[in-house]
Amino acid sequence: MARSTPERRRKTRIKAGFSVYYAIFLIFVYGPMFAMFTLSFQGPRGGVTFPMRGLSFVWWARLAGPSAVGDIKSSLVRSLILAVIVMVITAIFATMLAMAFRKKFHGSGVLFYAVMAGLMVPGVLLSLGLASLLRVIGIPPGWWYSALGVHVVWTLPFGFLVMMAVFNRFDARLEEAARDMGADEWTVFKEVTLPLITPGIVAAGLFGFTLSYDEFARTTLLAGAQNTLPLDINAAMTQRVQPTIFALGTASTLFSLLMIGLFIVVYTILYRRSR
Amino acid sequence: MTTVETYAKLANNPRASRGLIGGAPAVRAEDEVKRKYRREPGFPVPILIAPATLWLVIFLFLPLLSIFIFSFWKATGHGMVPAFSFEHYRAFFVSEGFFDPKNADFLTPSVFIRTLWTTFRFTITVMAICLLLAYPLAYFLSMQVEDFKWQLALFLLAMVPFWTSYLIRAVAWLPMLGRHGLINEFLINIGAIDEPVSFFLYSEFSYTMALVQLYVVLAVGPIFFSLAKIDRTLIEAARDMGATPFQIFREIILPLSLPGIAIGMIFVFVMVMGEFATAVVVYGGKTSTTGTVILNYYVIANYPFAAVNAIMLMLAMMIGVGVILRVVDIRKEL
Repeated sequence: MARSTPERRRKTRIKAGFSVYYAIFLIFVYGPMFAMFTLSFQGPRGGVTFPMRGLSFVWWARLAGPSAVGDIKSSLVRSLILAVIVMVITAIFATMLAMAFRKKFHGSGVLFYAVMAGLMVPGVLLSLGLASLLRVIGIPPGWWYSALGVHVVWTLPFGFLVMMAVFNRFDARLEEAARDMGADEWTVFKEVTLPLITPGIVAAGLFGFTLSYDEFARTTLLAGAQNTLPLDINAAMTQRVQPTIFALGTASTLFSLLMIGLFIVVYTILYRRSR
Repeated sequence: MTTVETYAKLANNPRASRGLIGGAPAVRAEDEVKRKYRREPGFPVPILIAPATLWLVIFLFLPLLSIFIFSFWKATGHGMVPAFSFEHYRAFFVSEGFFDPKNADFLTPSVFIRTLWTTFRFTITVMAICLLLAYPLAYFLSMQVEDFKWQLALFLLAMVPFWTSYLIRAVAWLPMLGRHGLINEFLINIGAIDEPVSFFLYSEFSYTMALVQLYVVLAVGPIFFSLAKIDRTLIEAARDMGATPFQIFREIILPLSLPGIAIGMIFVFVMVMGEFATAVVVYGGKTSTTGTVILNYYVIANYPFAAVNAIMLMLAMMIGVGVILRVVDIRKEL
């Protein structure tokens, strides 16, 4: 059966070549992050590039100290709160929109492109537009309303596409069956639809959380007096770059990875349960 | 008689009862018909779309509209006043001495047009490299990896950086590219160069590299999905009829993956065109992109001129997306 024909050997070789390419691609994408991770343990007299001059936790300690770049802890908390609010709103809006798009309605084409425009319009344009508009009206910007608003515009298309994909494979007969047995709309949604689409909602929320947590362009003119974490990182970068920024970057990246891992675990559990 | 016809007949006769036992009163047929065929099941559409629509009007439509309106206003030095003037548009296109035959800079476009052009040129380069890197990867994942679980896992592994901070990923290039950076060390070690070259950091090269690394995953995703959707029996049929692997690729795989390529390229295009932070980090702010110009004019409170730059950027992007959609009709292909 598994005779080694020239054809088969050629295929194996092609596959091996592609696998090597995949590995190189991963090095390209992850390499800089590992360099950053290593350099965050730079000795006290070392700089932002190799070689390493000893090993130390100086830069990590400085990150925790008060003299570091801005008030990291409170901007981290702000970023987290913002990300959670964006996550919830994205999940709810995306689900509602995708449920509406299961039917035909007037203006659905326009609405579809309006949602997708959030993906296409550069963050700097929305920041500029909303910031100057607020200035003319006389309302100072703040992270929990103006930045929040533009963040959701950015995350909604991702969540929406996820939910559209979910409803594409959804068996509507289950809902019909419940309706025929006399369930009202709310009961149908709560007892039939929701349990089946929960994994999708979690995935939509993941986009909302992670994209908002890292967002810089759509926060930069809209956060007002209080910074979020990406703004602090940017401020640290425009000053003299020190290995502290690598410690901060490593911490932030590890946190992002942790969140993604957590979401994947929750998703898998919910997905198994919904089967 | 179909079910619909049965119901239609019953609907005309309100008194008809449909109980299992003779004349027992059942659900009134009319109501039944109404419930099943008149009203669509599910929550009413207006309620479902109202909150998101309102949100998009306030935070997407209004900002874009105000950019357009403010681009005609007059800057006062610390703010702006309503007006209808084209002076900022003029300032965008016409620089000192432009079209003045006596001037040495005769026919040299204004610095803002040149910035937009530079931004565009960078974007095209980044798009081309992203496509070259992303396509083989997507092809490998969708065509060579057979087990679905492995496919998903390897795909997610390549996509994870998209969910991490792009500022951090930009700053992570510093240790790679500097005079003592990893790339220089590597090249010296393999004997390709004798002395470290400084051209890696704060150069077009580093800027392009960093942008490619930041945005290549955006191209991988759509191409992967369009490749994964291709019906494998088509490929088998072509093979059975004696097509070479190259023919199969050119005649079947490539045309069918064009929508994915187009969507991926649109993603990379709009992201890199609107880019501004990376330029400062890995390019040392040596050259500006239109994004940085917009921010700089916002900071010095010349909002109308920032708005004009924003509109020009958006026009350039619309043209670019239009060209891509012209080459590949996504809606027809999907």
